[in-house]
Parts: sequence; structure tokens; C-alpha cells
Amino acid sequence: MQDNGRYHATLGQQRFSFKSLVELLARASPERSGDQLAGVAAESAQERIAARMALADLPLQRFLEEPLIPYEDDEVTRLIMDSHDRDAFRPVAHLTVGEFRDWLLRYEVDAATLRALAPGLTPEMVAAVSKLMRNQDLILVASKARVETRFRNTIGAPATLAVRLQPNHPTDDPTGIAASILDGLLHGAGDATVGINPATDNVDSYITLTRLMDELRQAYAIPMQSCVLAHVTTALEAVDQGAPVDLIFQSIAGTEAANRAFGIDLALLQQAHDAGRSLGRGTVGQNLMYFETGQGSALSADAHHGVDQQTCEARAHAVARAFDPLLVNTVVGFIGPEYLYDGKQIIRAGLEDHFCGKLLGLPMGCDVCYTNHAEADQDDMDILLTVLTAAGCNFVMGVPGADDIMLSYQSTSFHDANYVRQLLGKTPAPEFRQWLQAMEVLDEQGRLLSPQAGRGLLKHAERLAAGAAGYLPQ
Amino acid sequence: MSRHQFPAPYRRLRELTRARVAQDTTGSSLATNELLAFQHDWAKARDAVHYAVDFPALASDMRDAGFDTVHLHSTAGDRPEYLRRPDLGRRLSEASLEALPPYRDSRPDICLVVADGLSGIAVVRHAATLLQAFRERAREQQWTLSPVILAEQGRVALGDPIGEALGARLTAMIIGERPGMTAADSLGIYLTYAPRPGRTDAERNCISNVRPDGQPLEAAAGTMAYLIGRALSLQLTGVALKDQGRLIDSGPS
Repeated sequence: MQDNGRYHATLGQQRFSFKSLVELLARASPERSGDQLAGVAAESAQERIAARMALADLPLQRFLEEPLIPYEDDEVTRLIMDSHDRDAFRPVAHLTVGEFRDWLLRYEVDAATLRALAPGLTPEMVAAVSKLMRNQDLILVASKARVETRFRNTIGAPATLAVRLQPNHPTDDPTGIAASILDGLLHGAGDATVGINPATDNVDSYITLTRLMDELRQAYAIPMQSCVLAHVTTALEAVDQGAPVDLIFQSIAGTEAANRAFGIDLALLQQAHDAGRSLGRGTVGQNLMYFETGQGSALSADAHHGVDQQTCEARAHAVARAFDPLLVNTVVGFIGPEYLYDGKQIIRAGLEDHFCGKLLGLPMGCDVCYTNHAEADQDDMDILLTVLTAAGCNFVMGVPGADDIMLSYQSTSFHDANYVRQLLGKTPAPEFRQWLQAMEVLDEQGRLLSPQAGRGLLKHAERLAAGAAGYLPQ
Repeated sequence: MSRHQFPAPYRRLRELTRARVAQDTTGSSLATNELLAFQHDWAKARDAVHYAVDFPALASDMRDAGFDTVHLHSTAGDRPEYLRRPDLGRRLSEASLEALPPYRDSRPDICLVVADGLSGIAVVRHAATLLQAFRERAREQQWTLSPVILAEQGRVALGDPIGEALGARLTAMIIGERPGMTAADSLGIYLTYAPRPGRTDAERNCISNVRPDGQPLEAAAGTMAYLIGRALSLQLTGVALKDQGRLIDSGPS
């Protein structure tokens, strides 16, 4: 269908052409405000379908021959090309993008097939095939992939859904944060991580919060890992100062220039990964990086090179893949309506990101969320939470009452996570579940028990309410 | 089983944070009272985002407070376009460019802009009071002020072309902040030295959460005057000023 590197499709009387792979992918992408803002989106519904038809006929191989962003200009492109595993790619090397969709949906393609294939896939291949998929395809194929990671517990085991407990506070007040952590633990949240977004990014506050979580963990022998979501350079400094750092966090994007806007490059991430590993704090595994991504970040840094936001996001997943992360979280609705306008766009983007990440072999979770200026509400979040869990999402957020009082946006709550665990028969991470039962938070059936005065974690709550100092058991 | 009957020590977690902890439940789900309380807070935020400011009435409030006003419009035609296209909210409409000449190169020390931003209700409730409090401090410093420029469908960076056209030393942009569940009527104050299009967020200073129950208006006016004094003497705003002052955040939404 292409000549001289151009791509064409004819719909009825009308012939559409696309001048490059970058343009073809962008025009084929489902409608979203960020691509329209960038001026790369299809201009009509028919142009979008024409692009999908041309894309369906494109050999997967082409993505290895024609980088979207030149190899010389971008270290993410170099990472993708240099780490591509040709042997792993072989089972699908002869397929077009359209044939690849059909292949993924076959009965025989199962968790083992997908695990073996993952190193042979590039982000551009998975982004391309996702554009030909309906939501149900994204759900079904992702549900076949399984990615398990470990630090002090196992995330992504069959029939589990983990929760990142997100106890943020507008002034990083330790008592306020401890109250939210306790409430989350009493609701069975915190197995993915207890992860605090600090209000101020500095090393003193990082160390204070890290110690607070580590003392709590040790006091109750909780099989969990903690994280302060500060810049990676802050974490490195804290490690140098001897802080008990479990997970190391960083926001990442899919182009070198966008990562530079985040103040990072691959070498810095490698340094952080090495520093975390050197502490040897994991007990059942050593996956310790926690990455966050989200469609639109490259455009918002003016570093997208004309590439559509969903493809940029898949390239961010390639960055994550290089560092064996414990958790990769697509913060799907946080960026605002200029990138994802409404509930429909947020739901679609969440499914795409989860699908692409899982196909690339990543432990994907999702911050199912929105801001108050987006055309979305909690009903939309219910749908995304439910379909992502059906798709086998590794973890979601647990924010008290779904209302983050520091970041001013709405995510999912402890109750939301328990709703979907109950609905779809999911349990917390196995080690954490055992602990919850020992602490009388869950009963044998995995149902929540009412906290009893004077027992277990509620004794902790009593001390906390009595005064911030000395509330930990001696 | 119901977890409705919580023991007091658990309930007291609510005294330790504004986060929605220790909520009433039924099964593992939220009880009806909690569900409706959440939706009430969300509805306030939602209405704030879509609140249409009555600009003639706002201008009249400003005149009552002793300010001259100019009414300008960004290139974003309406709220949906404003939400989808932040770039349009940063540029002045053609008609607005034509309305500017009487003030062009009037060279005030401070160009005062009030924009609806993401919470028109914040501007209607608090902008005039804030500006009155600030004007007292500006008088003490003998700063010259522009008229209050009321900017419709405006983003923070809309203050750049306005300040440049006036030849102001500094733009103070007072704008409705993105509503949260806690407060739907917060103002943000963004200070930009030597305003001109192309200024980055790192070149601004921000005073956030300005409302009676957050950063109170009097205190915010004081901080604003303090920072402007520092900015005019150091001839900069942004990260460098933040490092010197160590009391405020930098970077708008």
C-alpha cells in the first residue's frame, strides 16, 4: 500500500495518504484532545479509519527499519533499537500490524507465549496494534499476559489486585499521613506500596517520611514496601545519607527531550537503580523501581517530535522496562482535559496504557483518576476500575475517600479497591493477605472485619490520637 | 456484615487529617451519607469550573473599590474551547488588542490582571478584597499600578502580552485556581518580572490557595507586596527569587 515511504488507503471514492510512519500512527489513533492540541490527529472519522487500514497492512518489521525519532537524536530510540531481541520477535516477524492483532486474539496465545514474546516487541509495535483494537480486545489480550514482580511481597500473582496506599497530606504532617496509612491498612490497602507524594521535594522531608513508614513497617512486621515519590536525585541523596529507602520513584516519558524536562536521563536512572540494589532491602525479590507515566507528558514538555501521545506513552514504557521495575503506574487522568478530554478518552487511554505495558512485560498498574476540569466523574472511574481489573491490572491507587487533599484530584479509594476485589474475586498480594488475616483486618473469606477497640492496628490508632509522639509500640 | 458501628478510637482518626479517613461503610462500600457528602463537594468544584463570570458586574465591583478597569478577552471563545486549548487562553483576542492602545506603554510598575481561570467564583468572591489590601501596601511603596485588567477565559500566561503592551515592570496575575474537593474558590497570584510572551513557568512566582480559609487575603496581599518588592529590586522572578525567599512555590498550572 505504500510507495516511496508514503502510506495510502482508499475509502470509497476518497484516497487518503500519510507522509510518514509518525503521521500514520497519529492519524490512526483514537480521538483525543492532546493529539488535536498538537495538531497531529485525524481531521475526520474517515481519515482515521483510512489510517487504520493502511496501518493494518504495514509489516511489523517496518518499525525496526524506520525509527519514529531518529536514532542519532534520541537515547530512548537507541534504547529501543539496541535492546530489541530478534529471536523473541521471530514468531511474529512475518506479520503485518493487522495480522498481529488477529494473532494476539488466538486461543493458543497465552501467558507463556506473551512472556516469551515481550523482549521482541518494541513500543511502536504495541502502540500500533493497540490502535486497531477495540476496548474489548485491549482487555482480553492484556488479561492473558501475566507479569509478577517482588520486593517484600508478590505483585501480579493470579487473582490478586494490589493497592498503592497514597496517604498524601498538604503539609507532609507526619500524624496526618500516619492516620491515612492506618486507615488504608485497616481496609486492606498498601500491598503494592505505601507511597507518599511529598508536598515539598527536599531530602530532609524525604528522610523523615521514609523513616516514619519504615518504623511502622517494622513495628507490625508488615510485608510491604514504602516509597516517597520525590525526584530521583532526592532519593539518591537520601540513600547516601543512610535512609531506609525501599522503592525509588521517578516520572518518566517517552523521548529524551521530555525526560530532560523531568530532569533525568537513562544514566541517572541506572545510577538510581544501582543505588537501590546496593541496599539489598527486598526479601522475596529485588524489583525496586517505581515509575509513573501518563499520556501527554511529552507534548506538555514540547518534546513529542510530532509523535501521538499514546505512542509516546508506549515509548515511556520502554524506558521503564530497562530497569526491572516493581511497579509502573499510568496516571491516566491527572494531566487534564487538554490531553484527555472526558471519561471516554480517559477510559480508552487507561486500557491502552495497561495493554501496551503488559505486552512489553511491565507490571502495570493504573491511577484511575480525573481532575475537576475534565468531563469525567466517579461513575467513569468505576467503569475504568472495573474493566482494568478484568484485564488483570496489577494494582490501583487507594486514596482516602478517593480525594487527594494534597494533589487536588480524584482517584480511587480503599473502598473502590475493595468493591472490585469483591466483584471479581481478587485478593491482596499473598504475603500481605496473610498478614491482614493475622492482624484481624480480613476474615478467612477475605471480608473486612470491623476494627476492635484495643486490638491490633486500632491500638496504634489510639496512640496516634493520644498524641503524635511515641505512638509506635515499643 | 456492616462496619457501620466503628469504635471511637478509629473514628478519632478524622481529627488528625482533613483526608476522608474512617468513613461510614456498608459491606466494603461507602454508606449513603458519605457518598452524598463526596458528591456535594464535587458538585461545588464542578460548578466553579463552569461558572460564567458576569464581567460587567465584576467591573462595577472593582470601580466601587476604587479601581479603573479594562475588559479583555483571550482567543478562547468559550469554556469548552478554553478547557481544550490552553494555548488560546494565553493569547489576546484581536478585539482586545484594539482596546489596549490607551494604556499601551503607560509603564506602570505593576500591571494588575484578574482572570477567571478555572474558578470564576474565586475571582468574583475575593479579587476586589485582595486588590484593596494590596493597594494599601503599594501606596506605601509608591508603586504605580495599571488599571485592573479583567481578562475573560484567561490562563496565567495571558498576563505576559498584557504586561508587555503596557510596558509594566512586573505583571501580577490574579486567577481562579483549579477547584479541588476542599475548596472551589481559591485564587492563585502569579508574579512575572519583565513580562513578555515566551516567559516560562520557572520565571514566575506563585502564591497559591488564596481564600479566607486557606491563605487569608490580607496575608496574601502582604506576601504579594513583599515578593514584588524583592522582585523589583533583584529585577527577576522565578526560581532564583524563590531560593532567596524560601517561602513560596514556583510554577503555575
